[in-house]
Amino acid sequence: MNDMVCPITNGLPKVRERPLDPPAIFGQLRDEQPIAPMTFPDGARGWVITGFAHARAILSDSRFSSQGSLKHLAFASELATGLDIEKDLPPGQFEHMDPPEHTRFRKLLTGEFTLRRMKAMVPQIERIAAERVAAMRAKGRPADLVRDFSVPMSAQVICELLGVPADARGRFEELSFRALSLDMKAEESKAVLDAIVNLLVEVAMGKVAEPGDDLLTGLVTGGQLEPAELIGVTLLLLVAGHETSANMLSLGTYALLREPEQLAKLRADESLIDNAVEELLRYLTIVHIGVQRTPTEDVEIDGVTLRAGETALIHLPSVNRDPERFPDPDRLDITRGAIGHLTFSHGIHQCLGQQLARQELKVGFSTLLREFPDLRLAVDPDTIPMRDNMTIYGVHELPVAW
Amino acid sequence: MPIEADPEVCVGSGMCALTAPGLFDQSQDDGTVVVLRPVPADPELDDVRDAVRRCPSGALKLTD
Repeated sequence: MNDMVCPITNGLPKVRERPLDPPAIFGQLRDEQPIAPMTFPDGARGWVITGFAHARAILSDSRFSSQGSLKHLAFASELATGLDIEKDLPPGQFEHMDPPEHTRFRKLLTGEFTLRRMKAMVPQIERIAAERVAAMRAKGRPADLVRDFSVPMSAQVICELLGVPADARGRFEELSFRALSLDMKAEESKAVLDAIVNLLVEVAMGKVAEPGDDLLTGLVTGGQLEPAELIGVTLLLLVAGHETSANMLSLGTYALLREPEQLAKLRADESLIDNAVEELLRYLTIVHIGVQRTPTEDVEIDGVTLRAGETALIHLPSVNRDPERFPDPDRLDITRGAIGHLTFSHGIHQCLGQQLARQELKVGFSTLLREFPDLRLAVDPDTIPMRDNMTIYGVHELPVAW
Repeated sequence: MPIEADPEVCVGSGMCALTAPGLFDQSQDDGTVVVLRPVPADPELDDVRDAVRRCPSGALKLTD
């Protein structure tokens, strides 16, 4: 490795000085070494990327591999923050594959997640959000926005899109809430995963017996996936589509409630919602473990040579705070045009469900603001427990009143 | 300056359709890029350049 100091050892630092900003060390790194050496908790030496242009260059470079076997745990932890992709998960986790394997899975699904189709889902998403609001009102204040709104709303949306029948949804929601809400030991985490897989097998068998007009039926009857792959792909879609949106809904609301000036702007002009969603996606970048790419040969980027096998961790939260790309980046500004951020990554693995996420967040935030003109935190904002330890950043709970 | 799009390279992210909806759509079958109008008007060029820059897979080109 080049003659550079290695400021990040034993994985990424977790301590945030402020809950909505990435740890300050990443900002210093970007100024001095946007491609900096690091060591992962397993001892492997690699790189941490904090520059926007550097990140884009790596993410669109086919000399970098996404193979799961080349990736490392990002945070040192005794908890099961990461399952073993190869051993613990069913096949079909195509975010951890390279072409041509990746292409086979992705092309099978892209037609299901087009902007047009996701826009057509808006009335359905609006109905789901309205149901959650009604349930919150019926239960009375204060409500936990995580458990009473974001998690069930996002679970319902992805279940309806996939075609998970109503009787299985309650079980999925309960299992996913357990998977989402706790710092679990490896065994418990594995047990929850097994229960979700069993549920999916049951649901898929149901589609063979009784096909519907939904994504899962398409996959079951399409005959292009092995049965185990079908379960693996469905699991990926469920988890990726659910945990991320649920956390963005809660964390985004928390951010708006902490920034009354921004919230007032959005309340005054609903047409700012598209911009607000993009800015919240940028500012909060909930995939705080970043994404990893491993060069399959020596590659030089901006004068630094990344040797074959040395994994680069693209630290998405700090990449999205690069002042070269976003002026005054640490400021939440819902009027800035933040689109082009790397929250959904870049390159051939860019988030398949991003257009669904955009519609879901638009409907979710708009509904909350419209239905609760006096929405507010029911506790001191600094006491909200943050998901520092989890794969996806967010809040564990968010007590709100109205 | 015509737009060139390669559906083989496209990964169906929908960024072009989001950025310049009058010029791009996605195939109903596999979600890959469909160019609605290959020659954009001058006032549309900024949007097209944004779409090219945002395309995650490098499937779009604005040729000279």
